[in-house]
Amino acid sequence: MNWGFLESVLSGVNKYSTVIGRIWLSVVFLFRILVYVAAAEQVWKDEQKDFVCNTQQPGCENACFDHFFPISQVRLWALQLIMVSTPSLLVALHVAYREHREAKLKRKLYQDKGSIDGGLFCTYTVSLVFKTAFEVGSLLAFYFLYNGFEVPILLQCSESPCPNTVDCFIGKATEKKIFLYIMGCTSILCIALNFVELMYIVWKQLWKLFSKRYIPVNQKPPSHTNKIFFFNLLSIFKNMLYNFL
Amino acid sequence: MSWPALYTQLVGANRHSTSLGKIWLSVLFIFRVLVLVVAAESVWGDEQSDFICNTLQPGCENVCYDQFFPVSHIRLWCLQLVFVSTPTLLVAMYVSYRNHKDKKRLLNKGQDEELETLKKRRLPIAGALWWTYACSLVFRLLFEAGFMYALYVVYDGFQMPRLVQCDQWPCPNLVDCFISRPTEKTIFTVFMATASSICMVLNMAELAYLVAKKKIIV
Repeated sequence: MNWGFLESVLSGVNKYSTVIGRIWLSVVFLFRILVYVAAAEQVWKDEQKDFVCNTQQPGCENACFDHFFPISQVRLWALQLIMVSTPSLLVALHVAYREHREAKLKRKLYQDKGSIDGGLFCTYTVSLVFKTAFEVGSLLAFYFLYNGFEVPILLQCSESPCPNTVDCFIGKATEKKIFLYIMGCTSILCIALNFVELMYIVWKQLWKLFSKRYIPVNQKPPSHTNKIFFFNLLSIFKNMLYNFL
Repeated sequence: MSWPALYTQLVGANRHSTSLGKIWLSVLFIFRVLVLVVAAESVWGDEQSDFICNTLQPGCENVCYDQFFPVSHIRLWCLQLVFVSTPTLLVAMYVSYRNHKDKKRLLNKGQDEELETLKKRRLPIAGALWWTYACSLVFRLLFEAGFMYALYVVYDGFQMPRLVQCDQWPCPNLVDCFISRPTEKTIFTVFMATASSICMVLNMAELAYLVAKKKIIV
């Protein structure tokens, strides 16, 4: 799997992220992709050869392995890494669309193509929500497929063609458990970073919008707090709508 | 990510380190990462397939292997290198934050300094950069020591025995199990431990140098 390609694509997105987004990217590259490529792949390399059952019945080991590992943990991990990295591309696409618009109309439309405001703010928020959803989804998939991050050394199997119940043994169970815990912890760390980043950009955007809404002292309408509140809210929505179009 | 990509990241941060820091980076990549890559496939590649136990009982070899090798040496070293490289990225993050702050400050003043020229300059190790750098050194030392200790505890020293005796279920009674290439593994383990100790000594010397420099200035 050519992770270098994914990395070069993601590094391009780095320009348009916030500080927390860059920390997230470093965590993904260093603690997830590097650990996956350099260590995890090797641990699961001979997983079927090392899956041994106490039987001479041909086909029993194959059937049992297939029953207990519908998809290998390491492949699920790789899929998780790919799915979690792709929403960032939405942001890059949006910025490219803005550049395309400027080039087409041949005039400067945006003060700063990369600043997170208006439509790009929505794209960024959506990409963060998708990232978090994929992370949580894969953790849940692990939980339901493999009963958590446990890798038992012994499994008992009674699939056909195995005679009665057969003891099957997994290879390198403890090492696999350690790496699954590492994967789980980095996943939770990334979820936390996504959450913090979401709070940060929402707060920054609200601050920007609220600080633009000021009413000069001599034009203050009669004090009815509700009216001012709804007036502000309406102008915020109007502003957001104009920024979109 | 692969080791060359990590190297590019670290070399970028290297510009702001002391000469001891530059020596540390070379030792890290030549004597540890390169040796790890070489040793990983050739020496530890067949560690489970050549782990032979004197029994016909199916499952006994798996269980005994799992008991004596909860984490392979190669994986521990790989994790150690990843963790030891991370504090340097802290310094790199701080430097890029400083560059952006300086660029904004210069923009406000009216001078439009290009970010590229700001990136090319070398910041002196003083003030907040000194503290970031010192913290990164302390963390590096902690991670190195921690992983060395973990290796020592898990494998009861740095030597790989030829024979281990195992009586985990389902092995019948006591079973002799033989490890593949024990001498070669011992040599590589001692080599990596020595390289790790050299790196720790370099880090301690660099920390002492930084502290002495700060005291002289103050």
